[in-house]
Amino acid sequence: MFAAAGDSMLSHGMKQTGNISLNHLQGVIFAILNPWVAIGILLLLAFFATYMTALSWADLTYVLPATSLGYVLLALVAKFLLHEHISPLRWLGIALITGGVGFIAGGPALTQHHDATEPVSEPCGAAATPSFDSAQDKLVAETARNGAPSRVKS
Amino acid sequence: MKGVYTWGGILAITLASVVGDVLLAHAMKQVGDVGALWRNSGLVAVIRRTLGNPYFFLGVLAMAVAFFSLLFALSWGDVSLVGPAAASLTYIGNAVAAKIFLHEWVDRRRWIAATLVAAGVALLAG
Repeated sequence: MFAAAGDSMLSHGMKQTGNISLNHLQGVIFAILNPWVAIGILLLLAFFATYMTALSWADLTYVLPATSLGYVLLALVAKFLLHEHISPLRWLGIALITGGVGFIAGGPALTQHHDATEPVSEPCGAAATPSFDSAQDKLVAETARNGAPSRVKS
Repeated sequence: MKGVYTWGGILAITLASVVGDVLLAHAMKQVGDVGALWRNSGLVAVIRRTLGNPYFFLGVLAMAVAFFSLLFALSWGDVSLVGPAAASLTYIGNAVAAKIFLHEWVDRRRWIAATLVAAGVALLAG
């Protein structure tokens, strides 16, 4: 709800502010001073705090789709409290989001990773794509070879 | 030309959001369960440990880039295009990035969920 309400207020505020030109970046500062934009930012900060808390105990691919329920709640509020018309296409969107969130809700919230001190399954630097775990693995392998790491990773 | 700017903004929002989400998720996994940490050590410890994590700051920086990209894109294009397009692409991009960089277990269930949610958001917000 925080995200959906915040985005709505930002949109309203930015429409009041008008177009921002790349040649006049100070327009961004004036945009932030708009009360609608300011309230939108505060709501998005509240969303951010709750989102961080959820990310501390669950996977990103679990938390992020779940946050989309905010769109559904907003549409239901618009329908039943504000008496707005919801088109059949939007009802289909609500059904898809609800189904998608139901899909992930039935699975585990957190991927169980192997402990970093376990033997490294891939050779160091062999992965085509750099990753956080490969950096950790590299540190572990370096420690095993030299006895002490060249740098400390938190 | 306005369409090019709008889609450029949408792609910038998506890219910055995905980078930010991955960095923040990694940071919060390093911080640990916030609820347990709060109960055991207090709110100050939660704030200190979160703000002391370098990935958190990089994530916030990427999110700030995404936010200003959103402001630019909203000033050029309609919210009915910018909102759903950026959100949908972000859901798919995050599933890919989480699998590659965070090594999350993105099984068929989560792929289907990400696709359904992306399609649903596009329909609902469009």
